[in-house]
Amino acid sequence: MRVMLTIARREFVGYFITPLAYVFLVVFLVAAAVATFYFGRFLEDRQADLIPFFQFHPFLLLVLMPAVGMRLWTEERRSGSIELLMTLPVTTWQAVLGKFLAAWAFAGICLILTFPIVWTVNWLGSPDNGVIAAGYVGSFLMAGALIALTSCISALTKSQVIAFVISVVAGFILMVSGLALVLDLFTGWAPEYLVDLVASFSFYTHFNELTSGIIAGSSIVFFVSLIGLLLLINRQIIELKKAG
Amino acid sequence: MSSPFIEVRSLHKHFGSVKAVNDVNFSVDKGEVLGFLGPNGAGKSTTMKVITGFLPPTMGTAFVCGHDIRIDPIAAKRRFGYLPEGAPLYGDMTPEGFLDFIGRTRKMTRPARRAAIRNVVERMGLGEVLHRRIETLSKGFRRRVGLAQAILHDPDVLILDEPTDGLDPNQKHDVRELIRSMGDSKAIIISTHILEEVDAVCDRAVIIDHGRVVSDGTPLQLHARSPEFNSVALRVTEQDATRLVEVLGALPEVAKVERRNASNGLVSLLVLPRNGQFIADMVGTTVRQNNIFVTDMHAETGKLDDVFRAVTIHSSAT
Repeated sequence: MRVMLTIARREFVGYFITPLAYVFLVVFLVAAAVATFYFGRFLEDRQADLIPFFQFHPFLLLVLMPAVGMRLWTEERRSGSIELLMTLPVTTWQAVLGKFLAAWAFAGICLILTFPIVWTVNWLGSPDNGVIAAGYVGSFLMAGALIALTSCISALTKSQVIAFVISVVAGFILMVSGLALVLDLFTGWAPEYLVDLVASFSFYTHFNELTSGIIAGSSIVFFVSLIGLLLLINRQIIELKKAG
Repeated sequence: MSSPFIEVRSLHKHFGSVKAVNDVNFSVDKGEVLGFLGPNGAGKSTTMKVITGFLPPTMGTAFVCGHDIRIDPIAAKRRFGYLPEGAPLYGDMTPEGFLDFIGRTRKMTRPARRAAIRNVVERMGLGEVLHRRIETLSKGFRRRVGLAQAILHDPDVLILDEPTDGLDPNQKHDVRELIRSMGDSKAIIISTHILEEVDAVCDRAVIIDHGRVVSDGTPLQLHARSPEFNSVALRVTEQDATRLVEVLGALPEVAKVERRNASNGLVSLLVLPRNGQFIADMVGTTVRQNNIFVTDMHAETGKLDDVFRAVTIHSSAT
């Protein structure tokens, strides 16, 4: 546990050594604000809720979380420091989990820093803060799933750019798999259980369930177990491809 | 009976059809510095990566202080310090932060970490760069940070992959001094392709080629394998040379006398012994008895380069 936290701490501090983290935070906050006020017509709606804020989160996170996670393993492989790390008395699992937690914590900070919007909507009206909290939980869990996905993919390459692009594409596929656009490809010929299976992997569906205010147990279980599965795969990739 | 600090048992590592390490066996005891030699691509680094648990062996295994690297890698990893090839580090950290990180992963308490860091910083001369980012440091300093990291927890076993590669002569000297100073209390493996390093720091040398051990012995035994081991070099005048070749060539202990380059009317002769026996005194006596004026006379120890070439070229031909 302590060793894992040591790795997480190193990785987390690493984000703030370069100005990149600050640039990233600003981009995230500005993009979130633009989406909410401009596209989401937050003020014009005259509704005391944060639906305009959360509805753009999936796509905001889809692009920005791979940027947070893309360097997790690519840098280790590119610089060769993976050999140093994996010959310290550290298990692969501790390293995978530590790195993931660092990136997830960074995503958490991004979300926490959006608090002025919560404050604003509370000042303008009296929203259901339970729904807002649920929205944050959903957003945070989806961010975790996207980071775990990116971490997995970053273990396969030495290039941050490749890790980023593939993660965005893979994330996009998972995101939209519940939309009619994708499901229409399956309905008609595929058995219903397959359609349901594809749909059940949709980030978007589970996210919407959470943001609509129902803390849906099944959606939380979905995200948490997906994160766990991806990290297990991540560990296997590291074990198998350490040297390459 | 105590087991050796490092024991490598019929170790194999294959990459597809390539046998990078092919049945390597050796052990290193406490107080021993083992030089691990071989041409580039012979399998030195791969062997080290397997011993340190970075790569899983295809067959066989390695023990560090009795811990099987396959069965209990964490216990084994606690006991050694490792400098990987090229000394990879976290470039975005400072040496201080980096060493603190290493100390934490090795579960050292805060006071123990502080003391250990102070100790290695002084030992490796890192004081002036302690708060600079590692990626901005010179190669020499980075190598020293890598070494500092390896010895931070004062391990019983040190495994250093080309620790002096790319350093200037002064830095090489410092690193060799450091290795020698630790040689009594630890078991150390250093890989190198610089043969002078074997004489400088090693108690024993293992040469591998194509993944196999082709030689294992002390530096002296290695020297003894050179055809020029215990040979005697002489510089004499042209007239004396002809006479000496005749007289020395007749001695039973002498295998042959070679004429080398001549300059300023002087000829260099090399007297090669039969079976590597010591002939310097006999050659000296012969020279004196024949009243020959010699401008230079010395015994050769045999060049390691020649031995190295002989054992590695031979094995690649088979």
